[in-house]
Amino acid sequence: MTSEARPAVLTLRKRKRPGEAVIKALLFVAAALSILTTVGIVFELGNEALLFFRSQEASLAEFLSSTHWQPAILDFGIWPLVLATMTTSVTAMIVALPVGLATAIYLSEYATPRIRGIIKPILEILAGIPTVVYGYFALTFMTPLLRSFLGVGVVEIFNTASAGIVVGILIIPLVSSMSEDALHAVPMSLREASYGLGATKLETSLRVVLPAALSGITAAFVVSISRAIGETMVVAIAAGAGPKNFTFGEDSLFGYILNPFVAGETMTGHIVRISGGDLSYNSIDYNSIFAIGLALFVITLSLNILSRRFVARFREVYE
Amino acid sequence: MTSTGRPPTEEMSSEQSNDLLSASSQMGRRRRRGTIVKFGLLAALMVAIAALVTLIITVLNSSFGLVAVDTNQRPSDLVASLGYPAGTELGDLGKDDLVTLLEGNISTNLGRRFEREQRFFDNRLVFEDPYVLNDLCMSGEPPPACSLSARSQSDVVALVVERVVEPTVVGTWSFLSSTFNRDEIEAVAAEKYPEAVLEYRSWLSWNFVTSPQSPEPALAGIRTALLGSLWVVLVTLLFSFPIGVGAAIYLEEYARENRLNAILQTNINNLAGVPSIVYGMLGLAIFVRTLEVITSGSFLGSGNEATANGRTIISAGLTLGLLILPIIIINAQEAIRAVPGSLRQAGMALGSTKWQTVRSHVLPNALSGILTGTILAVARALGETAPLVVVGASTFITTDPTGPFSKFTVLPIQIYQWTSRPQDEFRNIAAAAIVVLLVLLLTLNAAAVLLRNRYSRRAA
Repeated sequence: MTSEARPAVLTLRKRKRPGEAVIKALLFVAAALSILTTVGIVFELGNEALLFFRSQEASLAEFLSSTHWQPAILDFGIWPLVLATMTTSVTAMIVALPVGLATAIYLSEYATPRIRGIIKPILEILAGIPTVVYGYFALTFMTPLLRSFLGVGVVEIFNTASAGIVVGILIIPLVSSMSEDALHAVPMSLREASYGLGATKLETSLRVVLPAALSGITAAFVVSISRAIGETMVVAIAAGAGPKNFTFGEDSLFGYILNPFVAGETMTGHIVRISGGDLSYNSIDYNSIFAIGLALFVITLSLNILSRRFVARFREVYE
Repeated sequence: MTSTGRPPTEEMSSEQSNDLLSASSQMGRRRRRGTIVKFGLLAALMVAIAALVTLIITVLNSSFGLVAVDTNQRPSDLVASLGYPAGTELGDLGKDDLVTLLEGNISTNLGRRFEREQRFFDNRLVFEDPYVLNDLCMSGEPPPACSLSARSQSDVVALVVERVVEPTVVGTWSFLSSTFNRDEIEAVAAEKYPEAVLEYRSWLSWNFVTSPQSPEPALAGIRTALLGSLWVVLVTLLFSFPIGVGAAIYLEEYARENRLNAILQTNINNLAGVPSIVYGMLGLAIFVRTLEVITSGSFLGSGNEATANGRTIISAGLTLGLLILPIIIINAQEAIRAVPGSLRQAGMALGSTKWQTVRSHVLPNALSGILTGTILAVARALGETAPLVVVGASTFITTDPTGPFSKFTVLPIQIYQWTSRPQDEFRNIAAAAIVVLLVLLLTLNAAAVLLRNRYSRRAA
């Protein structure tokens, strides 16, 4: 205003630029939308889950303690679903950990640039294949394979083992790429020191580099477990279409409860099956899948935060 | 054993030489162990590659192979009944003859229905009464036939095949067994399905890509699903690209290092790890239910509220948009971060404002990186299934989507539904649909790689 009065004087004060402020505000809104997404997830899942726990048919105590999930007779215990989820995830990790880690060590410590140039794209393709395709693979290849090896009587058509193995294949690229990043972050000087002391390549890789990258590798494992728990289509297609209800004492522990070769429905598989059918809003079924969804969200989020902690640790040390 | 070290010199005591001997033999053992483990690592790597190869072989193996087709009426009999010589195909017949076949084999009611959908001839009616059709055309809701021109010859051939020939696949064999055990299959087929014709079939065909969904696997196609996928991805992209890039610009160029922005960044990283099915539930609760008035299109007076409610293309697109938003943001951030600071300083030094610098210096340099990340995110959206099942993809629709407020199905959903059917034929069309999906994704990925290479060459 004063500058208008005395136009001859050169003002070096910052000019007001409302356009710039508007743009900055818009960009901030775009970034803040992600917070809204999180709030939306927590609010919607929490809200519907609350309706579920408050309803007369279900209670939080039953949800966390019962080993039967039978909505038809109003039994809502999450354990059969959690147990199946654990079975597929553990199976997946048994497959993915050794293969993924070995691949990472090979790529990071042994492979020539040419071999890396071939292997990396293959792993990327493996990571880019939609999960529904892996589901098809589990049902039409892995299940018949298991049945031909172990016997039709042992392995059911729908079973958690086959789904778990294929989920494991699906997360190999995740394990290997995250572990490789961790191995790569280990400074060359450590390797050189080890060679200087007369260690072989293998000894250097396994006794020096691997322990040094341990927090990063742990992070990779934790993220992979989270991914395996949240994986949906493979288990929806191949694991089974009904919760594996059980009673301790009555059902055989290794023959049925922990047996991966019988059918079982995971948390994600159950959500997909129920929401794929005709679902009326505000029914107990509708609310119940949100309660499962909330449990799923809490588990995977905690695992992801945990993994981030591990990653932060190895960054602090070497960067 | 490989201790070919120097022979012990005279000065050395026998003890010393033993030490050296054992040390070098130990060395050999250590080396050998190293080699063994190296091959172990390589074997693990091969497991990953073998998995990919097996997967592709499994899919291709089911996409082609022998089928036993049973027909209600054989095409050769139909052609013969019209007096044509043997060897004539249905497709060679004229429209008149084909309509005659229809007249002789389907009910008048069904014929009327077809004729109301689309006329057979421009100049005459076959099944329908001219006065009735005239009245219908004058009424408030005229059937499509009033405005459309007559069916083409190929349309009528398809009708004859669907309604008169009625082929049903009664047996199917994979490509590998069809190739290596053909004789055995022929024997089995002759015994089990004496009426059926054994023929080689490629489930993947142009017809498969362009036909709509059908309960009969031999006639089913993926047109509806393919168009649905394109529509959904379009909505996803329109929603998440501007917002994602905007958020990335804010976080990289504007955000100061304070608490709020740290929370924003952590939050985005965490969102990238949320299972996709949780996004589906969010979409169901917000887009399908809460915003039903908007997503069903009823606020515009368009859309069919009774059939679609909120389970529309726009709900699906927005849900996937939220899902890939963190991926787009993180990729775009990396691309923006890679732009050298000197460019920004040059811009600022010339007196441009922050936004002018971003627009004219940062964005053009980061663009190919941003696009690469976006293409990869879109590929992810194209393959997503679980969230769309939850949002409410239609289980069976044969009509093409007409806009963002149509009911929808997408390619992965179609694959899921076909895979879940117990019959073998559905597995075959699921495999063929998988091939189409993988080709689409591979094309997108190749585009991303090309962009990335161009980008890195320029940077170098």
